[in-house]
Amino acid sequence: MNYGLKPLGREKIWLWLMLLPTLIGLVFGTIGSLLATLGLSFFDWDLINAPKWAGVSNYVALAENPDYVEAFTNTLKFSAEYVPAVVIISLLLAVLLNRKIRGVSIFRTIYFLPAVTSAVASALVWNMIYGKDTGILNLLLETLGLTPVCWLCADNAMVSVVIVNVWGAIGEGMIIFLAGLTAIPRDYYEAASMDGANDVQQFFHITLPLITPSIFFQTLITAINAFQAYDYIYMLTRRGQGNSTVPVAVYSIYRNAFNFFRMGDASAQAIQLALLVALFMAVMFWWERHYVVYD
Amino acid sequence: MTKSKNKFLADVLTYTLLVLGAIVMLVPFLWMISVSFRIPAQQYSRNLIPNPITFQNYANLFKDLPDNAFYFLTANSFKLSILMVIGQILTCSMAAFVFAVAKFKGRNFLFALLLGTLMIPSQVSLIPNFIIFKYIGLIGSQWPLILPAFWGGAFGTFLLRQYFLTIPRDLVDAARMDGASFFNIFWKIYLPLGKPAVAALAIFVFKDAWNDLLHPLVYLPTDMHQTTLTVGLSFFQQQLVMGGKFTVLMAGAFLSILPLLIVFFIAQKQFIEGIALTGVKR
Repeated sequence: MNYGLKPLGREKIWLWLMLLPTLIGLVFGTIGSLLATLGLSFFDWDLINAPKWAGVSNYVALAENPDYVEAFTNTLKFSAEYVPAVVIISLLLAVLLNRKIRGVSIFRTIYFLPAVTSAVASALVWNMIYGKDTGILNLLLETLGLTPVCWLCADNAMVSVVIVNVWGAIGEGMIIFLAGLTAIPRDYYEAASMDGANDVQQFFHITLPLITPSIFFQTLITAINAFQAYDYIYMLTRRGQGNSTVPVAVYSIYRNAFNFFRMGDASAQAIQLALLVALFMAVMFWWERHYVVYD
Repeated sequence: MTKSKNKFLADVLTYTLLVLGAIVMLVPFLWMISVSFRIPAQQYSRNLIPNPITFQNYANLFKDLPDNAFYFLTANSFKLSILMVIGQILTCSMAAFVFAVAKFKGRNFLFALLLGTLMIPSQVSLIPNFIIFKYIGLIGSQWPLILPAFWGGAFGTFLLRQYFLTIPRDLVDAARMDGASFFNIFWKIYLPLGKPAVAALAIFVFKDAWNDLLHPLVYLPTDMHQTTLTVGLSFFQQQLVMGGKFTVLMAGAFLSILPLLIVFFIAQKQFIEGIALTGVKR
């Protein structure tokens, strides 16, 4: 890149002054933190006594700790249900809204509403909706002649939190996909119609291949959010004494670091989470090189 | 003929799916509003329209919670969110300008480094930041939430840089001819022209700050005069539900989402275009 405004003489100072906050952020906020967390994960530290070298024992302990294994497994299970649901439903919504119909903007507004609402406020009302004896969801089931379900009991809690998280996320996905869909030239579809391709064929042969960049992006963002999912789940499943029906990785990190002050364990967990994200991104970028079509 | 019949059937199917979906999306909001206007005895009633309608729950939020807690929680959420918006806009726009416009050694490396940080989950920074803030004695104050907003960020910088790149470079050359300084080109040309992207960023930052639960939970004391609405509400859930006051809780929840709903209805275009901007141009 050869274009650019060259700062003259003393203006160099201005350039670096304007970058200074960002540089501080890199040192303290992100890159520096990553290194610090990595370092901390090799120590035992309760913030009171001096840190003690622990080698890889924190990592070994995690693998043997049933609570953490459960939390990490829950995060993976949650992601496996949440990510495909969000991507498929928001793509379907966008395809429906991209047909020339009336009222698109009203639907778009309604579907986007949960995305601007705090997870805390939403979770409070979902807690009522899921109520076993008093919730409207079970009322609906009874009206339909079905047996009521204990939505937030251990057996069903995972599905229930996935539903709420999906409800909260499809609005943004829909917008991303709509932006991708409107970029596909209309005459592709007209040409296909002339050749006698029906809507379903057009979807699989024109829309789907051309929307792969948006699918790639949306899957990536959704998965990264899924690995870090926390607030809806915390609000819906917390029980007395800080326990949870569906403890997830972030919840476990939070508990270890800020309730039990086991900084080493919590750091090792955070590093594992970062590795999970990095691994997933590596797989996704491999997939992008082979399957994503950019024009 | 069969073609238009097919189109009609497809339209019916489209509307059916969209309306059913819209009902699912809306029911939680309608239920929240409905419960918030009920008398406590009817909190579990299964009628959507409350009868009688009462405003008592909203009054109770301000009256019954000790020490004007709800007022302080709301004020704190506003204060912190606005400060974070200011911090992010200032620092991200300066960096975005430098990355979009200036020519200097190491630019591409620094920008790639910054973008790379998008991959780092925020929980990774939480532990060392907590330790640093603890050692400089800021845990218990609101500074650990405010300061990081003033050290830039990959998302905001990227969003604004993409927009700044679309501003014609002739403007820069013309301003240079007139003797404008480096900083003035940013302040007088790029920042005003970048308004649509700045507005989108402001909305995103406000939304995330207003809705954040994890960071206030970690950094702020659970004192209703210090913490934010999200933490307050999650705390009241345990308190009020024990006392069986869902009606008051729903009033609080609805008031807590109202500011963002208003912003959303006013600035829907910026919201939606901003998200589309991040999705398409990557």
